[in-house]
Parts: sequence; C-alpha cells; structure tokens
Amino acid sequence: MSGNFAIWAASLAFLSALVAVTRASVAHVLIWLLAMLLSLAACFFALGASFAGAAQVLIYAGAILAVFVFVVMTVDASPPAQETERARLGKAWIAPALVAVLLLAPLAGLTADPTTPQGRAVPATELGALLFGPWALAVEIASGLLLAALMGARHLGRRGRPEGRR
Amino acid sequence: MSDTAFTGLILLAGALFAVGCFGVLARRAILVQLLSLEIALSGPALAFIVAGARHGQAAGQGMFVLILVLAAAEVALGLALYLRLRRRSDVTDSDTLRELRH
Repeated sequence: MSGNFAIWAASLAFLSALVAVTRASVAHVLIWLLAMLLSLAACFFALGASFAGAAQVLIYAGAILAVFVFVVMTVDASPPAQETERARLGKAWIAPALVAVLLLAPLAGLTADPTTPQGRAVPATELGALLFGPWALAVEIASGLLLAALMGARHLGRRGRPEGRR
Repeated sequence: MSDTAFTGLILLAGALFAVGCFGVLARRAILVQLLSLEIALSGPALAFIVAGARHGQAAGQGMFVLILVLAAAEVALGLALYLRLRRRSDVTDSDTLRELRH
C-alpha cells in the first residue's frame, strides 16, 4: 500500500524541517530544506499526485531554492556570526516551541471519516481540465499576483539612482 | 489510502506548519525566517494533496498549484526586500529592523 510509503516520506520531511529550523548556518538550513522538499515530493508521488510531485521538484526544489542559493552567497557565514546565531537560538526557543505545539491542539481529536470512498490517483489531465475550466479565474488572478511580484521585485532591486532623488 | 494513513498524513501536515511557525518565531535571521515560511506553506500544501488523493478529486492539486504560485511570489518579493535592506543599511536580522523607524 502506498499509504505507508507516503507516511514514511512525510515523516522524513517533518524531521528534515525540524533539523532545518535549528541549524545555525544558513547554508545548512538550505540543504535540509532541500531534503524536506524532495521527501515531500516523494510523498506526493506516492499519493498519486504526480503533477504536484513534479512541480515540487522542478519549481520548489529547482527554481525557488536556486534563487535562495544566490542570496545565501552574500551572507556572512563566518564562525563568529554562526556562534551568535547559535547562542540566540539557545536562548529563545521555548516560547516559540510552545506556541507551535499549541497550534497543533485543534488537530488533537482528529479522526478520519470512514464513509469517505477510498481514494484514487488523480491524473494530470483532470487537473488541467479543472485549472483551465472552472478555475480559470483563479489562474488569471494567480498570474496577476506573479506579475505584481515580478514588478515589485524589479522595483525593489533596481540600483543606480541615488537615494532621495526620486 | 486507509483511515489511519489519512489521519497520520494530516497530522504530519499540521506538524510541518507548526515547525515553520516555530522557525519564523524563534529565528532572527531574515533569510532563515523566509525559509521557515516555505516550510510553513508546505504543510497546507501536503494537506491539500492528501485530501485530494483521498477524495479522488483534482481540486487538491489545483490548490497546490495556487500555493506554489503564492510561494514563488512571496520568495521573489521577500528576497528583493532583503537585498534592498542589506544594501541600504546592512540589516540581516529582524531585531535590528526596528532601528529603521523614522
């Protein structure tokens, strides 16, 4: 049964995420995040969502993380900077951990509805029919969001004109 | 997918979101906070995919695509803002952001 493999991959993703947020060096965080995204992609494949798995590998692990790599190259990764980061994390982790655990409280009594029919793999053609049929407006709005983000990033990233001469 | 597998996967999705939240709250480096946001976003993504697979509907993957677009837009703007802050006043952690107030 692929459900067991999906659980295993998702647990791996959870553990990688846990390791990722507790590393001092940003480069290590990035590598553990990559492990998390790839095991999540494996989970998606096991659940039969092959398009989502492929998109996860190509866009998340491929494009978004590559952008992060370019920025991480500019970060101060010297041992003193990492020591500060480690000391800072050692001081203040209890309250955030408490908040994070409390966030899970609504899930405490979670039980699956046994009357739901057993699932099946959803082919990518159905996804396409959904996205370009009933959800066309949502896709248009998403493209507008991407366009706005593109223009915003271009605006924020420009250089040359001195400050105050706008 | 069995009922226990479904429950476990939804719990793991919630746990992923909680881990991301922990990262945003506990870390001070802006870059790590942005990466934690990615972790937090992947929790709902997993929940949508799991629910879509259980009900045999394409809507779960559709929502995943929309989450992907949201994450891409957020990363583009977040990193642009981060680089701008770095160039302007060499800020790398969110505690010093309060000094930017006028």
